[in-house]
Amino acid sequence: MSGRVLVGVKRVIDYAVKIRVKPDNTGVVTDGVKHSMNPFCEIAVEEAVKLKEKKLIKEVVAVSCGPQQSQETIRTALAMGADRGIHVDVSGKDYENLGPLQVSKILAALAKQEDAQLILLGKQAIDDDCNQTGQMTAALLDWPQGTFASEVSLEGDKINLVREIDGGLEHIKINTPAVITADLRLNTPRYATLPNIMKAKKKKIATVKPADLGVDVTSRLEVLKVEEPPQRQAGMKVETVEDLVVKLKEAGRV
Amino acid sequence: RITTHYTIHPRDNDPRWEGKQLCYKLIKKLESYGSVKGIATNDVGIAKDGSPKGIFERGMELHAKVTLFGEGCHGHLAKQLYNKFNLRENCEPQTYAIGLKELWMIDEKKWRPGRVEHSVGWPLDRNTYGGSFLYHLNEGEPLVALGFVVGLDYTNPYLSPFREFQRWKHHPFVAPTLEGGQRIAYGARALNEGGCQMARLLPLVTALTVCGPVVLNVFKKWLHVPEYAENLKNSWVWKELYAVRNIRPSFHNYFGLYGGMIYTGIFYWICRGKEPWTLKHCGTDANQLKPAKECTPIEYPKPDGKISFDLLSSVALSGTNHEGDQPPHLTLKDDSVPVARNLGIYDGPEQRFCPAGVYEYVPLDTGDGMRLQINAQNCVHCKTCDIKDPSQNINWVVPEGGGGPAYNGM
Repeated sequence: MSGRVLVGVKRVIDYAVKIRVKPDNTGVVTDGVKHSMNPFCEIAVEEAVKLKEKKLIKEVVAVSCGPQQSQETIRTALAMGADRGIHVDVSGKDYENLGPLQVSKILAALAKQEDAQLILLGKQAIDDDCNQTGQMTAALLDWPQGTFASEVSLEGDKINLVREIDGGLEHIKINTPAVITADLRLNTPRYATLPNIMKAKKKKIATVKPADLGVDVTSRLEVLKVEEPPQRQAGMKVETVEDLVVKLKEAGRV
Repeated sequence: RITTHYTIHPRDNDPRWEGKQLCYKLIKKLESYGSVKGIATNDVGIAKDGSPKGIFERGMELHAKVTLFGEGCHGHLAKQLYNKFNLRENCEPQTYAIGLKELWMIDEKKWRPGRVEHSVGWPLDRNTYGGSFLYHLNEGEPLVALGFVVGLDYTNPYLSPFREFQRWKHHPFVAPTLEGGQRIAYGARALNEGGCQMARLLPLVTALTVCGPVVLNVFKKWLHVPEYAENLKNSWVWKELYAVRNIRPSFHNYFGLYGGMIYTGIFYWICRGKEPWTLKHCGTDANQLKPAKECTPIEYPKPDGKISFDLLSSVALSGTNHEGDQPPHLTLKDDSVPVARNLGIYDGPEQRFCPAGVYEYVPLDTGDGMRLQINAQNCVHCKTCDIKDPSQNINWVVPEGGGGPAYNGM
């Protein structure tokens, strides 16, 4: 058991910022906009650090795929308690087209390279809401997956997991090595406080390129257009049920 | 020894909105005064009721030989320093304005990069200081930065700077520029208005200087105070501030705006501020409010949703947010004062001067009477409430790190 955990962290536009579509409809405005770590990734980092504090694992490695600025996101993970970071340098057009399939290929390659026992990810990113990377990574590695985890406990070389599913809570037990994706109620992430941020500056971040890992990041998807959601129309009040039926018929709904 | 608190949060880029002017805080060797040995970051992870949460962590003290305070207008640390070290003796109290600003992406055909438009007067009456700015930015995109400034020495508690700003945009000189455009950002901040009457050795408008026979160990050469004071008085900074010192206070006459313009025309434009007298301001902004019964409520037009907007959708565009489970950072010295005094005498002016809708008077659950509801999460850190509260009961303190507006391009 190498006791090493890989945690994926993604740099996304901060959740409180109002998103704006670019005038040419090719994407959203990101220049100069406040970015932060994806909230679900924060939860994943917190879980990894907790496991290390309980001495159930030995090392937490934070990984991020993206341009130079992704290193700031890795630094935040380091400030929360990760031991070292790996920045997979993807920029320009490649970065704009970077999606779950390429990221999961990268993570799978890194997991093999680093001999990881566990991969902890957020369940989804708040910018694309894909909810695919964890599942794809597990498939590529042929590892078991515990997604939407709201409770994680290690028992020898097995993991007990509680998953939040539509029907309620599902309790499962999976073997290691495994991929776990974190859901909201897994934990409350700690703050990256100033002394920890200072200490994090000394921790190492290695930079690699996807090609070094044998991964081709060309996308199979092409974004045609990005638009704002339609403006919400004002509602209408009706006096009687008959009126309602008439209006529904007019709108072609019945 | 005062414990001062300051939030430090790593940011991708420094917000341009708050010009960070440097201030000098000199460490006084006079023991009776004490000294500033540094700053402390606040504790994080405190729940709304004051108890520590699971993620509680203590803040950290940072000690330094010299501490420079660059908080912008009406800094909360500077406020404590003024009181503790009596830095405001022999100066007039500072007077302020609130500036509200929006960033618009306009129709490219209407964009004239580099164009500057200023206005005074409408919709304010002649006795309320204020005006507008509209700048066509020259940065490659058809962006316009526009805003409205209202002097915080206004007297009518029914005045809402935010609503004055919104209705100003409908003026026939302004509205056409905005038609067909899209508002992309909103923000507000208090501004210093005082000028050199406001401090004994005022260097920069937003800076704080301390006068006294103190020598700094570290920057001996250029921060030796007596020399510094001399250098400053002989510098262009002082000359400029001195030349304009009477413009703002010249507004305080029966004819208000018109008197001020006549005075400025004669004594500044023509005479370059060389007149031998220095006019005074009127005292603190908080004391200028008249009781509500002596004033007329103002009828503001409803926002049309295209040029003018309601308050809450504007606040959403500031990107402001605060972690919900924390003690409110707008603190009251006395909980009974808002309803008894602010609402009773002044009809709750904080409901109107806050550009973020933090303050609301809502009926009590029991049905009889009102209470002040503080929506601290909306706060955009403008400091207007700390300045304009007629009871000076509101004390703005720093919220948990990371909270506040996320201005971009503002």
